[in-house]
Amino acid sequence: MTTQSESLNSQPSTLNFPLSEFLQQLLNGLSLGAIYALIALGYTMVYGVLRFINFAHSDVFMVGSFIGYYAGKHVPERTYWGGLLVLVVAMLGCALLGMLIERLCYRRLRGSATLNVLITAIGVSLLLEYSGQVFFGATPRTFPDIFPSTNFAFGSLVISSNQILVIVVATLLMVALQLIVYRTKIGTAMRAVSLNPKAAQLVGVNNDIVISFTFGLGSALAAAGGILYAINYPSIDPLMGVMPGLKAFVAAVLGGIGNIPGAALGGLLLGTVETFVNGSQWSTYKDAIAFAILIGILLFRPAGLLGKFTVEKV
Amino acid sequence: MTLRPPALLSLAFLALAAHAADPIKLGHYGSLTGKDGAFGAATRKGVILAIDEINGKGGVLGRPLQYLVEDTQSKAGEAVTAVKKLISRDKVVAVIGANASATSLEAAPICQNAKIPMMAISSTNPRVTEVGDYIFRICFIDPFQGAVLSKFAATSLKAKRVALITAVNSPYSMGLSAVMRRDFTARGGEIVAEQKYTEGEKDFRAQLTAIRPLRPDVIAITGFYTEVALMCKQARDLGITVPFIGGDGWEAPQLIELGGKAVEGTYYSTYFSAENDAPEVRSFVDRYRAMWNNEVPEAVAALGYDAVYLIAAAMTKAGTTDSAPLRAAIAATKDFPGVTGRTTIDEKRNSAKAAVMLTVKNGRSQFFEAVTP
Repeated sequence: MTTQSESLNSQPSTLNFPLSEFLQQLLNGLSLGAIYALIALGYTMVYGVLRFINFAHSDVFMVGSFIGYYAGKHVPERTYWGGLLVLVVAMLGCALLGMLIERLCYRRLRGSATLNVLITAIGVSLLLEYSGQVFFGATPRTFPDIFPSTNFAFGSLVISSNQILVIVVATLLMVALQLIVYRTKIGTAMRAVSLNPKAAQLVGVNNDIVISFTFGLGSALAAAGGILYAINYPSIDPLMGVMPGLKAFVAAVLGGIGNIPGAALGGLLLGTVETFVNGSQWSTYKDAIAFAILIGILLFRPAGLLGKFTVEKV
Repeated sequence: MTLRPPALLSLAFLALAAHAADPIKLGHYGSLTGKDGAFGAATRKGVILAIDEINGKGGVLGRPLQYLVEDTQSKAGEAVTAVKKLISRDKVVAVIGANASATSLEAAPICQNAKIPMMAISSTNPRVTEVGDYIFRICFIDPFQGAVLSKFAATSLKAKRVALITAVNSPYSMGLSAVMRRDFTARGGEIVAEQKYTEGEKDFRAQLTAIRPLRPDVIAITGFYTEVALMCKQARDLGITVPFIGGDGWEAPQLIELGGKAVEGTYYSTYFSAENDAPEVRSFVDRYRAMWNNEVPEAVAALGYDAVYLIAAAMTKAGTTDSAPLRAAIAATKDFPGVTGRTTIDEKRNSAKAAVMLTVKNGRSQFFEAVTP
């Protein structure tokens, strides 16, 4: 922290500041983008397997941070093991919630028109948001400091341990997800169901288990996103999932919906763009730009950056 | 001697008493929950205390006051529904308004059309009372508050360079920033950076990073406590150590609860300090703490308390609760003694009163100094 004042001693030279400001904004953007990426993965996985957007996903993200809020009161503050424990509890809790939602709401509708499932998803989303207001109250809560936090200064570039934590945890989870999908039996089954559900069933894949697992995995990632978000922005409320959820959805479409590395790329890209816009004079247009990107992608590259264009079979 | 005349008399008296005991309905709409919930909730406590005291002393015009409250949940648009319900269904005779200017601005036209006097609590944007002659406020206005903050920054903090952060969707924040921009520059200072955000956002690192290399002496945030607390936290994370200042939108326990160490050494202007030694303030604080679980009243609670007494005094003076005479009586208020100082309603239906600067120290808000621009 001492280096802060030293580096600011020099006159504001035009060369020095834009670079350090650029790096700082890049870092801010990446840590925001990592959270978007985690949420986007859940959208993309469910879409990959079931071909529908699970709009309730952003509210599972909210429930994740509330589980973290209550669990965080039972562990000592500012310890790594306590923080990780809270993270695991929230991920398990949300995995269960995700599987429950799938079992109760979406499974009965499997095979019916996509629109029915989509509307059900919006219904589940509203149910979670407003039950959240009943159970947790509409007043924002202060999320406890579950992880120890310090700041590291490199010249005028300041990195907080929470930002590093977000990037590290998000990267680890994404690598783990990639390993699960490409290196395990259940991952192979997931890809098989995604490719052709009927054929997968013919060769002995239990679709119910695979889909349930997909929802569990996606929801666990949303919970991790919720905890990481709450650590960085420690004011949580039942409607907190709405905006990050929409942004993550944009990120998933940006990267190519159904494509896992695409969701990660989309999240990081969107977080970075948003941060740079926010730091400029056009900060008011931040959200407008995010959604303009969505429209642009849909117009010029409907399959997304990493998505493959496929003809919808009728 | 028969018993008939007294029996008749007492019957008539009973009927009269029953009529006289019809309660006077006083409405209140505000953000009791949601993002700005702390304001409405505190105001409600002040209002209830005042109504309780007045009813304990026999009410107004021999009738008790009845309190009806509607929650706007800190959501845009809700105030309209809330105030329509209070006026057309509950038939209130006067309305105690909201804290945020945006909320009061939504409800004011409805009160004006229905000719029901409305007393806004801490809505400092000048436009609020410009809606019409039935709209009043019990607080000072942004030009005054902006001048106070500019003077405080320039003289008490000896700042030359100020960075300004504004919530673009809040008329309060926009108004206060506009005044600071003008007043601080007029004092010879410089606004070195202006950044914007939207209420409800949580990530301000981008704006703060853009401000950092410009090296302001003071950063002024004209928004509300939730975002302010998050901003202070993120600023300290980024190594920004200069003091933050702001207006009455900061005052809520959540500022310190959420901001923790990051809000230590920040300053904000408000209407009232519970640490004031004046006897009427002491006794108000004691009664408030006795009623509300030992909580210390915030300015918005004291303003709510004063608003009820001011309206009650106007009713007594008018001798009726009919809308036109009641309006005239409120408009004629002069030197009304309240716990937030003496209130005079001016020709623009604003209240003129002094401001105090508070500072956050050792985890609580403390009196710093009184400022008149």
